[in-house]
Amino acid sequence: MKKVFGVLLISLLSACASQGTQPSAEVEDKSRGVTAPSEESTRGTEATPTLNPLTDPNNILSRRSVYFDFDSYVVKDEYKSLVVAHAQYLRDNGNARALVQGNTDERGSREYNLALGQRRADAVKYVMTLSGARESQVESVSLGEEKPRATGHDEASWAENRRADIRYQGE
Amino acid sequence: MTGIIYCFANSLKVTPMLPVHIRLRKFCPYAAVLLLWLASAPLHAALNIEIFGGGATQIPIAIVPFAAEERLAQGITPVVSSDLQRSGLFRLVDPGGLRPHEPVEVVYPDWANRGAGAVVIGSTTAIPGGQVAIRVRLLDVARQTELAVYTETVPATQLRAAAHRIADIIYEKLTGDVGVFSTRIAYVIKQGKKYSLQVADADGFNAQPVIEYTEPIISPAWSPDGKQLAYVSFENKKPVVYVQTLATRARKAVANFRGSNSAPAWSPDGKKLAVTLSLMGGSQIFLVNVDGSGLQRLSQSSGIDTEPNFSPDGQSIIFTSDRGGSPQIYRMPVSGRASGTAERLTFEGSYNVSPDFSRDGKSFTFIHRNGDRFNVAIQNLATRQVQLLTDSQFDESPSFAPNGKIILYATEVRGRGILSAVSSDGKTRQQLSTQAGDIREPAWGPLSR
Repeated sequence: MKKVFGVLLISLLSACASQGTQPSAEVEDKSRGVTAPSEESTRGTEATPTLNPLTDPNNILSRRSVYFDFDSYVVKDEYKSLVVAHAQYLRDNGNARALVQGNTDERGSREYNLALGQRRADAVKYVMTLSGARESQVESVSLGEEKPRATGHDEASWAENRRADIRYQGE
Repeated sequence: MTGIIYCFANSLKVTPMLPVHIRLRKFCPYAAVLLLWLASAPLHAALNIEIFGGGATQIPIAIVPFAAEERLAQGITPVVSSDLQRSGLFRLVDPGGLRPHEPVEVVYPDWANRGAGAVVIGSTTAIPGGQVAIRVRLLDVARQTELAVYTETVPATQLRAAAHRIADIIYEKLTGDVGVFSTRIAYVIKQGKKYSLQVADADGFNAQPVIEYTEPIISPAWSPDGKQLAYVSFENKKPVVYVQTLATRARKAVANFRGSNSAPAWSPDGKKLAVTLSLMGGSQIFLVNVDGSGLQRLSQSSGIDTEPNFSPDGQSIIFTSDRGGSPQIYRMPVSGRASGTAERLTFEGSYNVSPDFSRDGKSFTFIHRNGDRFNVAIQNLATRQVQLLTDSQFDESPSFAPNGKIILYATEVRGRGILSAVSSDGKTRQQLSTQAGDIREPAWGPLSR
């Protein structure tokens, strides 16, 4: 018994000692290394009034969000024309590149939601590639439940967050 | 003290220095019974703890303040008392005015009259060089015998750790199970825009940041030896799996493939990780060596396969898959002829996710959607019997304690994430909350021996 606790003591002491010397500088260094622009800064450009079809409020291409039912990644009929319009834009603008970001509401598993967000982004990308976009023009990624647009804890917020967003390179 | 505390304004507040006699009302398991008042705790105490309900067969134990303990910067018996009480298996008996420190000073009938089945006595001696010598005896009141004697000399800065070891010994002697008071937990706290992956003692003390970022961190997973954590960080604008050594803070991206990389799970030998990658489309489970080499696809489906978790023998993985139309838990062998052939384990309801094996491999805990609620459940692998353990609204990320007796999970109170723990029989619950911020993604570390 005594021997066991001796070992236990040593391992605990070493664990605690090493934790005690953790420098916080390293953490800060890594934070500074993150240079990608924040989501907010890319979002801000959408509001700029312009004749660009992607941002003209009268153009369907200014609509970027596809909404989903709970635990579903089926692109509903009401969003098909929106997705097809973006596919045709990509077909007509061979240099354009789109990013589809899948999101979920906060309920349930974070990891399952990450995968579900991926399925939503993939489903939108699939419709786009069927409708004229090249596979290489569209990247699908998931933010899972980690980047909610609506921060409430109610059905209205959850519905807003069950969403895939289409973004264009340079936005 | 925190947002959740005033919702239990009638709860009894107790200073750990004053052991009190508390009767847990079994017919009202969800009433807040005890709030451990940690105002006198060290500054780095990050979590507050509340206990709900109690087991049907609690062991009545009297813990007598140790000789000269009041001169120490950190008392030992308050820590031992709160550890034992938190387990739900013990009822603290007030020693009243009795203060024996040696066996000869113990008058057993006095303790029998107080209803104590066991008595803990001891002494502390400060010795030059900042060390403290501790001597503890566990006494059986009915048999009037000594069940255990334990001596240890520790630096004055390690008194809490020593107290946890003493609680482990008492727990083991009186319940026959391994104590987990000396183990550690990992979790993520979100405060404002900052995400902090932290490691703390099992009682929430000594919280230390492992990494901090302004992008999400999820899914911490302990290596079997407790020296490393795998986790998923979004710091590069997409999920990447890292393994970090706690002692040196050195870390390595072990899965940083095209697409998303997530859900790390350690093999029991600590050599491999199961991860979920979108590398080949969809979300599928792969095996990768801890150094990032030897990528090997494991699951084969057109749906979502994620949240892998190894069986303790390392032979199989349980995971979440929606291949049957809704997320359910499946099991598949890791190697051999049947590798990747999955068998469905959960059939009740349309949403069962986040499986975690018990350390004996006989059951697994998971999250079950129950109407509008997401609750912690446990399923026995042999009988397939399912038991719901909680009735809260939004539970996530259940994680077994290494003795299989407690399940740590994340839940939500008034829109704020907190940690909670439930005994694997569902009878006792406790809550751990922070002063500020959302706490989530808990993972219980291994035994430290």
